[in-house]
Amino acid sequence: MAEGSPLEAAPTIRAHITPERIDVAALLETIGSSADGAVTVFIGRVRDTNEGRSVAGLTYEAYEEMAQPVLQGILEEAKRAHEVGDIVAVHRTGALDLGDVAVAVLVSAPHRAAAYEASRFVIEEIKAKLPIWKFEAYSGGTAVWQ
Amino acid sequence: MPDTSTGTETEVTGATTVVVRFFAHYRDLAGMQVCELELSDGSTVGDLVARLRADLHLEWLPLEPLVAVNRDYADMGQRLAAGDEVALIPPVSGG
Repeated sequence: MAEGSPLEAAPTIRAHITPERIDVAALLETIGSSADGAVTVFIGRVRDTNEGRSVAGLTYEAYEEMAQPVLQGILEEAKRAHEVGDIVAVHRTGALDLGDVAVAVLVSAPHRAAAYEASRFVIEEIKAKLPIWKFEAYSGGTAVWQ
Repeated sequence: MPDTSTGTETEVTGATTVVVRFFAHYRDLAGMQVCELELSDGSTVGDLVARLRADLHLEWLPLEPLVAVNRDYADMGQRLAAGDEVALIPPVSGG
């Protein structure tokens, strides 16, 4: 860790796959030292439509023993490539309702450009590589793996 | 195959048993979460996929699906060792 004391005992990088509700405000409390002038928060939520169909809810299944280290690796790569302070990324598993937080990516950095770039990198890598699958239920009763 | 005897496959000395895991869409199609498969020594991920398609009749599996060996993404040419955990990974849809 560079100069600047953390506001809380914040790990530089934290990856988490969890069946628990994601509390973004609580995560925000754990990120960024006084050296970091910028904090970005990306939240992915359950949307009420997908590909023209009305979504009732969804369930995320993870290959948990692999998802955790893959997410950790994504964060480490982001940390290497960008001048950032802390990165926290959390992905939900289990049953989610409309509007629930499915994924949150928080990045602190001395300056905003690096925070935005690292945040974008992390969410795109999550979508491309994280072994998690979405089982989407539609109003009307049908459901499919996406 | 290193075995030069005339024995059948079950008599091959260098047999390698791996654990195969299926997730999400693939688990539903396979009708199972996990199975053990005995392969001849020196088999690759590609050989395993061919076995699953032919012998277990999982013809819906892509010829080159996304695969992880011991929780790391692997390519079709990677050799398998006894006890390896091989996961068949459908297209991911997190985020």
